[in-house]
Amino acid sequence: MNVLLGLGGSDESVKTLRQTIERTQDVGDDLTVVIVDKPESKRSQDETYQMAVDRLKDVGLDEITVKKLEGDPGSALVNYAEQGEFDQLVIGGGTLSPMGKIQLGPITEFVLLNAPTTVKLVR
Amino acid sequence: MVGTRQYPDEPSGPFPSPPTTVEDREGRSIEVRAPDEFATEALDDVVDMYLEFDPSDRAQGIPPTGEDRIRNWLETIGEDSINVVARHDGDAIGHAMLVPDSDDPAAIERKSEIEWELAIFVLQAYQRAGIGTLLLENLLGHASDIGISRVWLTVERWNNPAIALYERVGFEATGTKSFEQEMAILLEGED
Repeated sequence: MNVLLGLGGSDESVKTLRQTIERTQDVGDDLTVVIVDKPESKRSQDETYQMAVDRLKDVGLDEITVKKLEGDPGSALVNYAEQGEFDQLVIGGGTLSPMGKIQLGPITEFVLLNAPTTVKLVR
Repeated sequence: MVGTRQYPDEPSGPFPSPPTTVEDREGRSIEVRAPDEFATEALDDVVDMYLEFDPSDRAQGIPPTGEDRIRNWLETIGEDSINVVARHDGDAIGHAMLVPDSDDPAAIERKSEIEWELAIFVLQAYQRAGIGTLLLENLLGHASDIGISRVWLTVERWNNPAIALYERVGFEATGTKSFEQEMAILLEGED
């Protein structure tokens, strides 16, 4: 399967990256990683980019493309997914509030309502 | 996270404080209390209430299902939470709570400086009888009594009856737009 992974720079992104790398190793998916520009995130776009490159290198997946996307995160992700031959777009599956409520942000909502591919939310 | 939410300019209140006993719209006598120590005075009864809860009324993953998961959830949030419980004939039939945005014990002591997330659940057989409003107002009254001023919540955007209830007591929608509507209220101080 040809998988596109979108990361924003939150802790949720770190978990999503880890799980997607494990899955890629298990089943031999083709993977492309894109980092969106989300200024309110804990990590900058460059930091998230470097984290993804390092983690992939650590497990010997050096050949995987990691790319930074400019502009509005949701539409940049969906555009990129539309232009490639991807079977699945993977993003983080929401955060938990202090109460334990699952919260999906506006980027997730935009992706779910606009992506032409199957979308996977990682929890 | 603290300090990023938009709160209304005008505070809301005053709200009634527990304990109180009122007759609901079905003529049932409903007692509302804020237990001093939730773990010993109310936890077991509230677990029983959530075991009876219709899973189709869950919101954003809570309450969980199954006794172990329900107990674990309440114990995890329970230590620092502020609780109000509604009872009929001794059984818990409604529960409203506030959970601090912070897990730093020193910050939680200074109740007015941090933000508190609200959730409220009423058993299906007791809905549409005024108990939600009663619980909500008494939780906010109790919160104000102990010095809490900033309370927020999220509600599924299509849940119009709940949004109307929150607006009636003074919650206003904040800027966040997604599947959940975020709302916030500023409570009147003691003085």
